[in-house]
Amino acid sequence: MIDPDILIRKGMPKGYFKDIFVRISLGSVTYLILLIAVMLFAKIVIDGAPAIFSSKFPFVDMEFLTAKNETLHVFDDAEGTRHKLPASKYNEYLKAHPGDTIYNEKTFSYSGGGIAGPIAGTALLTLGAIMLALFFGVSAAIYLAEYAKQSPFIHMVRLAILNLAGIPSIVFGLFGFSVFVLAVPVITNMPSDRSLLVVPLLINDFCLSFQGWNSSLMAGCATLACMILPVIITASEESLRAVPQGFRDASLAMGATRWQTIRKCVLPYSLPGILTSSLLAITRVAGETAPIMFTAAVAAKDDFPWEGLKNPLDILSSQVQALPYHIYTLAARIPNSEYTQRAQYGSVLVFLILVAVLSFGSMILRAKLRAKLKW
Amino acid sequence: MVNSPTETPVSTDRAVQIRNVNFSYGSKQVLHDVTLDIPANQVTAFIGPSGCGKSTLIRCINRINDRIPAAKVTSGSIHVHGIDIHREDINLHELRRRVGMVFQKYNPFAKSIYENVVYGLRIAGVKKRSELDEAAEKALTNAALWNEVKDRLHTSAFGLSGGQQQRLCIARVIATEPDIVLMDEPCAALDPLATLKIEELINELKKKFTIVIVTHNMSQATRCSDRTAFMYLGKLIEYGDTMQIFENPGNSQTEAYITGAFG
Repeated sequence: MIDPDILIRKGMPKGYFKDIFVRISLGSVTYLILLIAVMLFAKIVIDGAPAIFSSKFPFVDMEFLTAKNETLHVFDDAEGTRHKLPASKYNEYLKAHPGDTIYNEKTFSYSGGGIAGPIAGTALLTLGAIMLALFFGVSAAIYLAEYAKQSPFIHMVRLAILNLAGIPSIVFGLFGFSVFVLAVPVITNMPSDRSLLVVPLLINDFCLSFQGWNSSLMAGCATLACMILPVIITASEESLRAVPQGFRDASLAMGATRWQTIRKCVLPYSLPGILTSSLLAITRVAGETAPIMFTAAVAAKDDFPWEGLKNPLDILSSQVQALPYHIYTLAARIPNSEYTQRAQYGSVLVFLILVAVLSFGSMILRAKLRAKLKW
Repeated sequence: MVNSPTETPVSTDRAVQIRNVNFSYGSKQVLHDVTLDIPANQVTAFIGPSGCGKSTLIRCINRINDRIPAAKVTSGSIHVHGIDIHREDINLHELRRRVGMVFQKYNPFAKSIYENVVYGLRIAGVKKRSELDEAAEKALTNAALWNEVKDRLHTSAFGLSGGQQQRLCIARVIATEPDIVLMDEPCAALDPLATLKIEELINELKKKFTIVIVTHNMSQATRCSDRTAFMYLGKLIEYGDTMQIFENPGNSQTEAYITGAFG
């Protein structure tokens, strides 16, 4: 080297201030995002906590989680004490104090009692949708990963399925409404007037009537299942492909049929991946409002879905309440006041906790199964 | 063999007859006009540099190449015990049961040792516990593995060492009592000691089975094979008794390869 001194810099390092500027601006964007998330959760937790937590053991207000949803009555009695009672207790109060005058009575829809109805409805919708989506999704994934030849056509099929994942959920809602609610065939002896097509089955009066399932649990499940199908198919196909080729080769070389190979040597090892991905899909199903708005959900329902049924299977055709829709109703359909906050923020907090538990569960499950299954 | 009118003479001491086989992966021809007979109850070794088509050739014998969409035998025929394996009415599952295969990378299933060994029997529909137990013990004994694993039959196969896993794969294959065992570089992923054990095993197994082995290791071919085929660029260059091939090769390419001049 001619002049070793060129290795020693004069003044600040090159781009010193620029680097500091970039670091600070990128950092502040990151922490701004964090701040938004923290504010969001803090608001919900602070306002929602009083609804579901209590200062006494067991520290959780079980009534909010297990009672049915009711109208809240707020009034003053003759001594000027303010009462906040859900409709059923309000009626008891009136019976217990006949002749008392009450003042300043106000009612707030959906704000009294608990949210057991929406919780039960969301649980049923999620369960049904996941079962449907797993059956159809895993079947399709097995076909795509194990049977189909990798032709341009199959490539297009896969692309179409991926595209399905990008469709806005409200479109799924409308699709579900026009297909599952209004058009799918049912077997009945009394076809509805608006049936699109009636095909007599020639057994008594029974006929196949394309009249849909009405707004019902099963229409909601089917719509939600359509929505998460792409997720399940893609994740299942990946899990199937992750199973080492050697297992398949060895099994086929032993004289096993393709299906035996899949059933005994491929599916058992891809199941963990399929299940964790479907657990992630659960959080999505539980959270969506748009697909169930027209297909399954009602704002108010006095009974649990399973109450008052002649036949246990009728639960499939009953309407349900659902947490996300309930939150929407509480937020958009009733006037805001100090008396409605408990139900509003309480529902949101319960909902967030539910989704967090499911996500966290899926993470733990995946970590455990990954550690267990090595090859 | 009555219902198999074939042009080539059928002989029981020839387990596999390969006649003028051409094989392509798509547009890439891998085997060129390969013809040879593999004798029964002997060890036949295939040697040759990587990519010469020796693995492809033995993978044709149990038609495991069918799995690869573009792979096809374009002309020629392969007879196993006199039956053309490309017949329309071939029972592919029975063929693969009769022609077992051990892979280069040992590939036991993620099941217990016991379940690995009885896999072939289970898929063939054997349900009786005693029959399965008996077959498992016999296969593991024949694979020289019984004494090492008899106390932990129901633990995961992945707990075994590499050499043990490969012997387990051999046990899995011989549990269904095939006639021919194809071995595609069975020692490629093993250390010298494990390799030695497998070679001893091969010498034992040839009393009962016809063994076809692909190997990169020429001393392995001399140690455990009766006949050796040298392949180069998809062609069969020379085929004969192992002693003759290694001591007195009739072809200059063979000589160059076995003396290490190329490959």
